[in-house]
Amino acid sequence: MHDIDTLADLAQGGVATVSALISSGGIRRRLQDIGLIPGTKVECIQKSPLGDPSAYLIRGAVIALRSEDSSNILILR
Amino acid sequence: MGAASTGFILDKLDFNKVVALVGNPNVGKSTIFNGLTGLNQHTGNWPGKTVTNAQGSCQYKGQNYILVDLPGSYSLMAHSAEEEVTRDFICFKKPDAVVVVCDATCLERNLNLVLQIMEITDNIIVCVNLIDEAEKKGISIDAASLSNMLNVPVVVSSARGKIGLDILKEEIFELKYNRALHKTIYPKYIEDAIESIIPFIDNIEGVSQRWLALKLLEGDKAFIRLIAEQFNIDLEKNMGLANELKGVKNSWDEAGITNEMVNDDIVSSIVKTAEGIGHKAITYQNKAYADKDRKIDKVLTDKWLGFPVMLIMMLIIFWITISGANYPSQLLSNLFSYLEKHLLNLFSFAQAPRFISEMLIFGLYRTVAWVVSVMLPPMAIFFPLFTILEDSGYLPRVAFNLDRVYKKCSACGKQALTMCMGFGCNAVGVTGCRIIDSPRERLIAIITNNFVPCNGRFPALIAIISMFFVGQASAFFGGMLSAIILTSIIFLGVIMTFIVSKLLSITLLKGVPSSFTLELPPYRKPQFIKVIVRSILDRALFVLGRSIAVAAPAGIIIWLMANTSLNGVTILNHCSNFLDPFARLFGMDGVILLAFILGSPANEIVTPIIIMAYMAQGSLAQLGSLSEIKALLVDNGWTWATAINVMIFSLMHWPCSTACITIKKETGSFGWMAVSIIIPTFIGLFICFAFTSVLGIVS
Repeated sequence: MHDIDTLADLAQGGVATVSALISSGGIRRRLQDIGLIPGTKVECIQKSPLGDPSAYLIRGAVIALRSEDSSNILILR
Repeated sequence: MGAASTGFILDKLDFNKVVALVGNPNVGKSTIFNGLTGLNQHTGNWPGKTVTNAQGSCQYKGQNYILVDLPGSYSLMAHSAEEEVTRDFICFKKPDAVVVVCDATCLERNLNLVLQIMEITDNIIVCVNLIDEAEKKGISIDAASLSNMLNVPVVVSSARGKIGLDILKEEIFELKYNRALHKTIYPKYIEDAIESIIPFIDNIEGVSQRWLALKLLEGDKAFIRLIAEQFNIDLEKNMGLANELKGVKNSWDEAGITNEMVNDDIVSSIVKTAEGIGHKAITYQNKAYADKDRKIDKVLTDKWLGFPVMLIMMLIIFWITISGANYPSQLLSNLFSYLEKHLLNLFSFAQAPRFISEMLIFGLYRTVAWVVSVMLPPMAIFFPLFTILEDSGYLPRVAFNLDRVYKKCSACGKQALTMCMGFGCNAVGVTGCRIIDSPRERLIAIITNNFVPCNGRFPALIAIISMFFVGQASAFFGGMLSAIILTSIIFLGVIMTFIVSKLLSITLLKGVPSSFTLELPPYRKPQFIKVIVRSILDRALFVLGRSIAVAAPAGIIIWLMANTSLNGVTILNHCSNFLDPFARLFGMDGVILLAFILGSPANEIVTPIIIMAYMAQGSLAQLGSLSEIKALLVDNGWTWATAINVMIFSLMHWPCSTACITIKKETGSFGWMAVSIIIPTFIGLFICFAFTSVLGIVS
């Protein structure tokens, strides 16, 4: 039932573009501050050994996000 | 204004100029700060906040500067304690210059902060740091074009190689004010609104009206109230402004523009402006510039290799520490007993009263000698090794690997970092918990930090392991075996951390894991020589000095207790006899428990107290090698089971007094301090009790 893809669905090595953020409040600002705005290209570069969190390449920096947060970021492949 | 109200440790006098250093975390801001100020620096806390405040001073061309190292922040808009301190300082303290330190390997994201600060102040200098790292990766930065686009001085520096610091000083000296800086352009409806409300905004010296307009349009009520407090100008009571603002908000409501959309558009404009400027100023000669880092990550955070590598690294560090410390410890110990003979001769030559000379030599001198010979070598080896690991960028990967487990315990992955700091000193680990944003998760990390054995405890653990469990094994295997046992004890501490974190999350500190972002910075080659000098001077000697300061008076007190009699029994025996029946339940004896109680000011003196107490009771005249100490312990009834109980209790009992005071300071509550004392003590006693009972039944 994945009509809409989220960043959490991105497999290791996958590249996508952010289309919208669903999260709200402080974490929304935090995500925008690290450059996650619609149109930003993101690459999933590494899953942690236990499967979560995952590390993403965002505007030249590597940032780890938990699946709870990455599933609130909508993407276009 | 007094120091408390300005947050200044140093005095801001008229002839001093104030320079603020700002930047993202991990950009080498502290290195620049150290490079500029040298040793002229002081650290403290911002008044009323648990945010570190470092200030220093330097002179250039006869001008005196006060440098303020503001806390690392990604942005000024997300309202963490660090970001508020940074924003308020720039806004209200009107520094003469703001130096924004950026990471050249990740400049675009750093420009985000630069642009936000440019909204507030004109007195800005951009310092593109770590340029050497960027060059290595084939990233080149066109500083001249960056400077032209922003209309701000841009200095390129490699703080590690000290390139650029003199130019930075010159730019600070030459900084011209009131320039027309590059401004971020927002969507038209926001620009129109800014233009319409600006004429109504009171003129506040040093605060940009455009920026105030933005804050009003964002609806940042808390900040507007802060302005009212600071300048006695309440913008909310300005009727003209209120009406105009209401008009704007009404028209936005009609157009279906929500507050969230306004906020999004403001952030997006800044991010896109940074992107645009970045594209012009940054060239990537090598598209695959980060391939090496990715390859290292593939190993260090690999599904199968990640955890074994972590374990092996820990084993290697402990193995090097234990084997390396062995010989110098022995050497120091010999030196101290040689000196002891001469001291005794000296005292008898000076015809000092026997009471005085014995108190000073058997009490004070021996305790200090033990602390130095047992603690200094492992610390002088462990601290540099650990700092190398820290500088290389590996520790955030540990947090990355373990985060899932922390999440299961409803805690934060960054707790792994604060636990690592705890190896050095639990008080430092507790303070380090400031990096955890969620107050609930921060408390969990603070309360459980004591489960990591600090440097005051693990030399004693190493000594007990070598005496009771390694025996006659050869140097290599002995060292390895000790490392394995020590790692298992630490592993037990880690497991307890998880269990207690989970229990706290479903009882006292109920809640679900919060959101977090963890940056995995680029790997950096540590500067070995600098690391060794810095960690020995700053960390090892500092910790050692503190231990000696506690050990010296404690040595005298314990000697007095062992040599003053009431009704024919020494005070020490009175106390240990009193505790003895209770301590036996946990497989220890009264002396051991008394030593832990007396050792509360610093755990490193627990072992010397035990030894001295036994020596006062027995007849051993000379403090010698580990095998002689083992004989002394065995004479006093120690078995391998006693050794295990002492190690368990050393790992899990009340935090030392410094750590307790720090917990009180960081949590602002005696209640949480009490919880942090009760939980590990209870668990330690419980495990020792269970272990002793089971042993009793089996035998």
